[in-house]
Amino acid sequence: MIKLTNIRKAYNQGRDNEFWALNGIDLNIEPRRVTALCGPSGSGKSTLLTIVGCLARPTSGRVHLKERDLSGLPERFLTDVRRSTFGFIFQQFNLIKGLTARDNVMLPAYPLGGDWRALHARAEGLLDTLRLGHRLSSRVEWLSGGEQQRVAIARALINDPEVVIADEPTANLDTALSREFLTILENLKQQGKTILLTSHDPLVIESSVVDTVVTLRDGRLVEGK
Amino acid sequence: MLFQPAIIALLLASAVSVAMLAAASPFAWELIRHWDISSGSERQLRLERRTYLMSTLLTFVFATQLVALLLFVFNADKMAVMFVGAMCAVGTLNANAFGFPALIAQIVVFFLAAAWLVLNQADSRAYDYPLVRVKYSLLLGILPFVALAFGLQLEYFLHLKADVITSCCGSLFSGDAKTLSGDAAAMPPRPALALFYGTLAAAIGAAILHARKLRGGYLVAASSALAFVAALIGILSFVSLYVYEHPHHHCPFCLLKPEYDYQGYWLYLPLFAATAAGLGVGAVQPFARIASLGAIVPDIARRLSWIAATGFAIFAAVATFMILQSNLILLEN
Amino acid sequence: MKTWIEKQKALIDFTLSSLARRKVKNLGMLLVYTLIVFLLASVMLFTHALRREAAEVLKNSPEVIVQRMVAGRHDLIPPGYLEKLGRIRGVQKKEGRLWGYYYDGVVKANYTLMAPSAEAPAAQKVADGKIVIGAAMARARGLATGNLISFRSYSGRLFSFTVADVLPHAAELISADLILMSEADYRAFFDIPAGYYTDIALSVANPQEVRNIAAKLAEALPDSRPILRDEVLRTYESIFNWREGIVLVLLAGSIFAFAIFAWEKASGLSAEEKREIGILKAIGWETGDVIKMKFWEGALISLTAFLLGYVAAYVHVFRFSSMLFEPVLKGWAVLYPRFELTPVVDGFQVATLFFFTVFPYTVATIVPIWRAAITDPDAVMRG
Repeated sequence: MIKLTNIRKAYNQGRDNEFWALNGIDLNIEPRRVTALCGPSGSGKSTLLTIVGCLARPTSGRVHLKERDLSGLPERFLTDVRRSTFGFIFQQFNLIKGLTARDNVMLPAYPLGGDWRALHARAEGLLDTLRLGHRLSSRVEWLSGGEQQRVAIARALINDPEVVIADEPTANLDTALSREFLTILENLKQQGKTILLTSHDPLVIESSVVDTVVTLRDGRLVEGK
Repeated sequence: MLFQPAIIALLLASAVSVAMLAAASPFAWELIRHWDISSGSERQLRLERRTYLMSTLLTFVFATQLVALLLFVFNADKMAVMFVGAMCAVGTLNANAFGFPALIAQIVVFFLAAAWLVLNQADSRAYDYPLVRVKYSLLLGILPFVALAFGLQLEYFLHLKADVITSCCGSLFSGDAKTLSGDAAAMPPRPALALFYGTLAAAIGAAILHARKLRGGYLVAASSALAFVAALIGILSFVSLYVYEHPHHHCPFCLLKPEYDYQGYWLYLPLFAATAAGLGVGAVQPFARIASLGAIVPDIARRLSWIAATGFAIFAAVATFMILQSNLILLEN
Repeated sequence: MKTWIEKQKALIDFTLSSLARRKVKNLGMLLVYTLIVFLLASVMLFTHALRREAAEVLKNSPEVIVQRMVAGRHDLIPPGYLEKLGRIRGVQKKEGRLWGYYYDGVVKANYTLMAPSAEAPAAQKVADGKIVIGAAMARARGLATGNLISFRSYSGRLFSFTVADVLPHAAELISADLILMSEADYRAFFDIPAGYYTDIALSVANPQEVRNIAAKLAEALPDSRPILRDEVLRTYESIFNWREGIVLVLLAGSIFAFAIFAWEKASGLSAEEKREIGILKAIGWETGDVIKMKFWEGALISLTAFLLGYVAAYVHVFRFSSMLFEPVLKGWAVLYPRFELTPVVDGFQVATLFFFTVFPYTVATIVPIWRAAITDPDAVMRG
């Protein structure tokens, strides 16, 4: 599905504080499986996530999505690939305050210019399946942490992506909510989504949902499960 | 003469355009020198982001130029009362030697700008931005024209003196005048009509051919340019006569006046749009062979061709309608 | 095309809600913007209306006025001068006129005294011993129809007149300080013997002929000075334009300040706004989309401010007689006319005004908008 070859990523290139977050990563992400990246903070797992998710470009190395080489694509086209292929769930949920749950869910679809009414229906459908049908028009800051995360999940799914990317999804959740998240993950996997996530949380890493665990340290791969 | 609101506005628009382009040119130069699409270095990322600013700036500058062109003619028309002997824009533009050159420079800038925007459109749809160097080199090439247009305008307004007795459209465009425009106006109606409809038909034909079969891209550009000139000659030599219903009033600007119900806009807007589109078709042709533009260039050229064909057709239809509506008879059957 | 429209609709929708979410900041911007439009629009509407008014006045005045010069100064037209003019081809009518100024020490104001034309219709004639006065003067001296008023003439004698009528408000700019009296009264008041006139008015039918006639006049009567209406019109036009331009230049400071303010506002994004743009970029908005969204934001603010400012200026100028800067722009006489201008809206002027306000705003916001839009899409992931 996604193939990374010798990925390197530098920050502050050419300056005194130059820093290589990734140092030659080769990785193959299988379709319809759940892959977890783990490792201490600063190990480069979030950076790797941004590169896989087309949020950033590697300084060197190649990224292939299926057969297509994405490495040299300018941001405009990378964005295009990103919004049709990937859905993102962030650690802080990153919902926009002041907007309703439904509006937040619809946001990623705005630049695509699809039919307005169909989009509404899709957003409401997604929120319904995530048991948030009753909070459609509530502002997101009035929702509980678990509800906020489900809104974020709905938002990640609005453009019907093949790959869902989650950055530390359970970091702000208690055990019960974390288990609930894993159930949702299981459903997504059954629907045929490819899932890539980062986590420290043993609950996630040891869960049966996760097929592959990749460990990073200092910008390099350590081992695989 | 400088302290007239519209003049201040025009000069401001021009000056800001020049300043923006001038400020952008070092960046353009940097882009030309260091652009490397395959690199993921931070400099490349920075350059890429800068292209967004450049496109936005240029779209803005060119939109300004378009509005300024309209405002310039409109203002010249309005100021006619202030000059002895001036009845419309022609008189005002003739008040010193810089009027017409300033207008022409403005029109040239408009067409150059349109062509650049077409290239920009093509480039930003191709995944490897193949035209970046071409685009920004052209940008550096356009800058002198914009500066020239500003300079001419400044000279023109600085040298405007209300006590100058200027000649008006009657004398400039009358058949006796030994000028190019005089020759155009003096052209007898029959050959002028033939030239007018002939070139317009050719331009429409070339555009439709290109839109359908994707052949003759340069032909579209060339025929559009010709049609533009022929259309102006046509307006001078007979269309204006029919509108004014006066056998010796050959003015291309009076058409824009409220006395004639602003009919000129119906002529000039489609004409300028069609010409710009036609020239745009030519502008993308040299790049049709580039792999990443293989599908994009024909798509853009096809759309522009339709715009050109429609614009010229509207122009011809409006002109014909004006002629048929008129009570003036130039040609006896 | 449909996709494009749907996309713009979605962007506008988002923009509206984002404007509403930052009411205070945006209202502040809107207020300043509206004020700028209001100021400029007031100046423009006002001068334009004055210009129109002046043109209206001149429309009814004769095409050519002939003055006699003695030692380079304007002098009375002696008897026989009219005849000496002789017949000039193209002149429809020639007529001596009587008018002058009188300084009224009581209200420290100058009046214009005139005797109506000998050929004026009977209704406009003024009987001996009566006067018709302008509205401003009636206000200044507290006069109404039927009142008696006395003036001491330059010869020292006292004259009393009955006010026969007060001129209507409609054309107050022209008639504010006007006093109409009969020819006999006029001659007696200023001690002008019969046969003398202030100047001569000529009516010319064909406007193309005016210059030739003026040339012939200057040739036939070397001591005369012809004044052409078109010339006056031209002078007016440039004076009004010039005044308008000067005011604009003076206001340039405020436009500039406004542009800086707009730049400030656009570049000083709050942390919340920056986070929002970061989120949008991360979930699939492209730099161009953010720029478009910001463009719509600017367009909405500009249009609202423009409409509000223009309407307010219109009301200010035409309903409240431009009370804010009457003294600056008018003020050529002590008797400030309190006149109502005829509302005129001119498309060209609206375009110019639009240019003076929206253009600086846009110029000032382009770079800040771009800066905001290029936020790294992965910024939200980096915490």
